[in-house]
Amino acid sequence: MRHDHIISAKQLSRADIESVLDRAAEIAADPSAVADRHAGKLLGMLFFEPSTRTKMSFSAAMKRLGGDIVDMGPVDQSSVKKGESLADTVRVVEGYADALVMRHPLEGSAKMASDFVDVPLINAGDGAGQHPTQTLLDLHTIRESAGFDDLTVGIMGDLKYGRTVHSLAHALTTFDATQHFISPESLQLPRSVRYDLHETGASMREHTELDEVLPSLDVLYVTRIQRERFPDENEYREIAGEYQIDAETLEAASDDLVVMHPLPRVDEIAADVDETTHAHYFQQAHNGVPVRMALLDLILEGNA
Amino acid sequence: MTDDEELRVSKITEGTVIDHITGGQALNVLAILGIDGSRGEEVSVGMNVPSDRLGRKDIVKVEGRELSQDEVDVLSLIAPAATINIVRDYDVIEKHRVERPEQVVGVLECPNRNCITTKSEPVDSHFDVLDEGVRCAYCNTIIREGIADHIQVD
Repeated sequence: MRHDHIISAKQLSRADIESVLDRAAEIAADPSAVADRHAGKLLGMLFFEPSTRTKMSFSAAMKRLGGDIVDMGPVDQSSVKKGESLADTVRVVEGYADALVMRHPLEGSAKMASDFVDVPLINAGDGAGQHPTQTLLDLHTIRESAGFDDLTVGIMGDLKYGRTVHSLAHALTTFDATQHFISPESLQLPRSVRYDLHETGASMREHTELDEVLPSLDVLYVTRIQRERFPDENEYREIAGEYQIDAETLEAASDDLVVMHPLPRVDEIAADVDETTHAHYFQQAHNGVPVRMALLDLILEGNA
Repeated sequence: MTDDEELRVSKITEGTVIDHITGGQALNVLAILGIDGSRGEEVSVGMNVPSDRLGRKDIVKVEGRELSQDEVDVLSLIAPAATINIVRDYDVIEKHRVERPEQVVGVLECPNRNCITTKSEPVDSHFDVLDEGVRCAYCNTIIREGIADHIQVD
């Protein structure tokens, strides 16, 4: 794989994805083999929005490769607060690090930032845009649980604003997966993602109810419906309630159904699902470290 | 051009005549070209002039300025039938149609308020041209209808 920047899942071919996942599997099998591999290298962390999993797993990944991080810290204590442009911030910070990881609340921010830097920049979420590294760990989880052959995936929840959904939907087209999108009408896939899926000839269908498709799914990818997407509390409660699952819901599913979630969850997956064999979301979150190690390794190696 | 039209819009000595503009789009054409008269350009505009081909059409004549193909191709988004006549010494020395460009930079404003190109950053708006509509190269937002409503005004 040779990409200067990782901005969108759309740029990743099946071969690119498989090279990261193969490397992740090797690293997970023997992490000590890479413990000093990138000693002396620094990863610049630019998180303009709060993050727990993505930020911690990138930090852990870099440190487990023998490298270290330099962190901009919270936005309210940074030069951004003084009105510095994003273009200026990244141009300064690239001088401090060998690669950058950035999360930002605006769509297109990662692409724009990458126009201004020479070191590799990894998009760790740009508004409602893309989150390609989440997709890599999602795919790793799918490969290890359901496999990619003849795969049918249901993606449920906030499909309009969910960046993990947009990236995953793009990537699944390279695996010829059948995709079912389940959401309230107001939170259906954005026109741009639907356009791309049609362009690639992806097999996709949209639904407002999970029941219609649940028995046919190999993977159910659940995302959170956020309160702020609705004008009032009652409408939110009513609609969000229809897209929650519990152990009883899953009785209609295949025994092998893999339930995933990018986390954090609120109440869209009931705690009683955790005890079932369907629950893969914590393993999915753990996969963030080997997959990000693999990605960083390939990127830093390519730019050594 | 018929004599009748000549009466409405006078001949120019040197410059560009943009003919067969979709009726009612002349001011948007000028906006896209960044011509607002503030730099003293001599500009004549005919709007909703009868046309055999289009029913009604607009015409824009810009004295003293020869517009390049790159400059005019973007007009195809709002006036696909437009023809460009380059005039020197009262004669049309070049005549061509507008062609759909692959991308348009710095012309349209992204309608997504959460797109980085709408903020105070040193970046031009950038749209890829699709078969139907255009798409922001930064946030991927697609505009299908009413492209003229998104012309960037400085």
